[in-house]
Amino acid sequence: MTLACHLKHAFPGFTLDAHFEVPEGLTVLYGRSGSGKTTVVNAAAGLLRPDEGRMQVDDWLLFDTAQKAWLPPHKRRVGYIFQEGRLFPHLTVAQNLRYGHWFAPKGATPEPMDRVVNMLGLGPLLHRRPAALSGGEKQRVAIGRALLAAPRMILADEPLSALDDARKSEVLPYFERLRDEVEIPILYVTHSAAEVARLATTVVTLEDGRVTGQGTAAEVLGDPSVTPLGARAAGAVLEATITKHHPDALTELNAGGTPLFLPALAQPEGSSVRVRIAAHDVILSTTEPADLSALNLLPGTVQDIRSGQGPGAIVSLDTAAGRILARVTRRSAERLDLKTGTPCYAVIKSVALAPQDIGG
Amino acid sequence: MDWLTPEEWQAVALSLRVAFWATLFCLPIGVFTAYALARWAFPGRQLLNILVHLPLIMPPVVTGYLLLIAFGPQGGLGALLKETFGLTFAFRWTGAALASGVMAFPFMVRAARLSIEAVDPKLEQAAATLGASRAWVFVTVTLPMILPGILAGCVLAFAKGMGEFGATITFVSNIPGETQTIPLAIDLALETPGGEGRVMRLALISIALAAGALALSEWVSRRVAARVGGV
Repeated sequence: MTLACHLKHAFPGFTLDAHFEVPEGLTVLYGRSGSGKTTVVNAAAGLLRPDEGRMQVDDWLLFDTAQKAWLPPHKRRVGYIFQEGRLFPHLTVAQNLRYGHWFAPKGATPEPMDRVVNMLGLGPLLHRRPAALSGGEKQRVAIGRALLAAPRMILADEPLSALDDARKSEVLPYFERLRDEVEIPILYVTHSAAEVARLATTVVTLEDGRVTGQGTAAEVLGDPSVTPLGARAAGAVLEATITKHHPDALTELNAGGTPLFLPALAQPEGSSVRVRIAAHDVILSTTEPADLSALNLLPGTVQDIRSGQGPGAIVSLDTAAGRILARVTRRSAERLDLKTGTPCYAVIKSVALAPQDIGG
Repeated sequence: MDWLTPEEWQAVALSLRVAFWATLFCLPIGVFTAYALARWAFPGRQLLNILVHLPLIMPPVVTGYLLLIAFGPQGGLGALLKETFGLTFAFRWTGAALASGVMAFPFMVRAARLSIEAVDPKLEQAAATLGASRAWVFVTVTLPMILPGILAGCVLAFAKGMGEFGATITFVSNIPGETQTIPLAIDLALETPGGEGRVMRLALISIALAAGALALSEWVSRRVAARVGGV
């Protein structure tokens, strides 16, 4: 499966000129607000008619301005999960969920209602109306409603941004299950590095209406030159497997042979997880530190140092566990005489690894 | 039921019939016009808006006169409708219904338009992405959400239909049993010596009908609103 997107659209004061082709799985469009992410998704849904362009999934053509081809929104069968849920207030949760099913073509095979209701934990909500739901519940219903319309593609426009942290971690796992259990392409818009790290099969970064990078979460987030949200949001992603849950509420991971200790995770031993390590949570040392409270010590070599006008620098470090980014001051980088090839230790506090940065 | 004379009963029944048909005639056209004014950009939108509101602002006599010109026996539209549908308006109760409908139309449009403008187009977009065509979006999302507004419009239109005087008497005159609705009967009774009792009886019936319609609509729209926006 390939999703091809070529788009040109002029707004007053802003031009979108985005081109990318991505493989199957969950594709995250990553960038700050105003970078054009939502425009791409709205064009995919048919809610915005671009000046020029073409979008298709394999041989399923959504639109092509060159051929004057345009599928109206109701014929596209995309499941759109909106930022604000957009549930129908006059229908119950069950009726909202069935809404798309009424209009799905006879031959379509939607997900079975029971399965979706169980997967999203909607059983106790079915007879309520949207006004009586919490924000997290609304978003789960919105996910279910999109799924049950038998979509050929799922679009999600910052589906978690209206939720507080607790609700975010309630809904986020459902997107992981969506990615792993539903075999249709998903286009997911976010400006959260944590969501990119947890969800993305492929990341496409957008800046000022243009694509600035594409790759896996580890590739894109580990590349210090691609930080669409600035150095403050930088942070690399490590792939690891859970080796052991320790009795002192720590979980031990194996990342490329290196042990990593984190606050206890819920996933069973043996499952693989992605860990995002924010660059500002990493300390560098050129000698092996002793008598340190931090549990995670990763030896590596400096691969690259980037700095701008500000006081900070982003150091990328190659370790056995994978690429790690560290945000240090330029002064420290000079004092430690860091340059490409310098052997170095990355020190990471276990408690710095927030649970919303860790997922399957 | 002998506290009303047969002629008075006739006036009451005729008023109800005229108001009913006037409302029914207003309903689909009014909602469609309101939707067009609220949601579509088209050339002549302002002109249509003014046209819709004219009966509200013009003297009713003028509206009646214009109806007489258009739908009277010599009027172009009147002759056309008579030929094609066998429908005559001049000096018939159908004419009274038409006059009431035209006078009630702006009330219906205003009520429907306000409620349509309160519906978030984002919900209609969401329905479209779920596979609903424009017509289905209207039936399944827009219509249920504007139902309270439409009901309010219907009550206003019905009340206007019951009470219409100026345009009706100008267009179809005051013919007992054919075009003499309650207000026209009251008008005649006022000019008739010894008609005070009839005036009072008809006035009371007018008030009761108006209050009843209002109470009914309050009750229905509260139930509908609870269903639509409810918890």
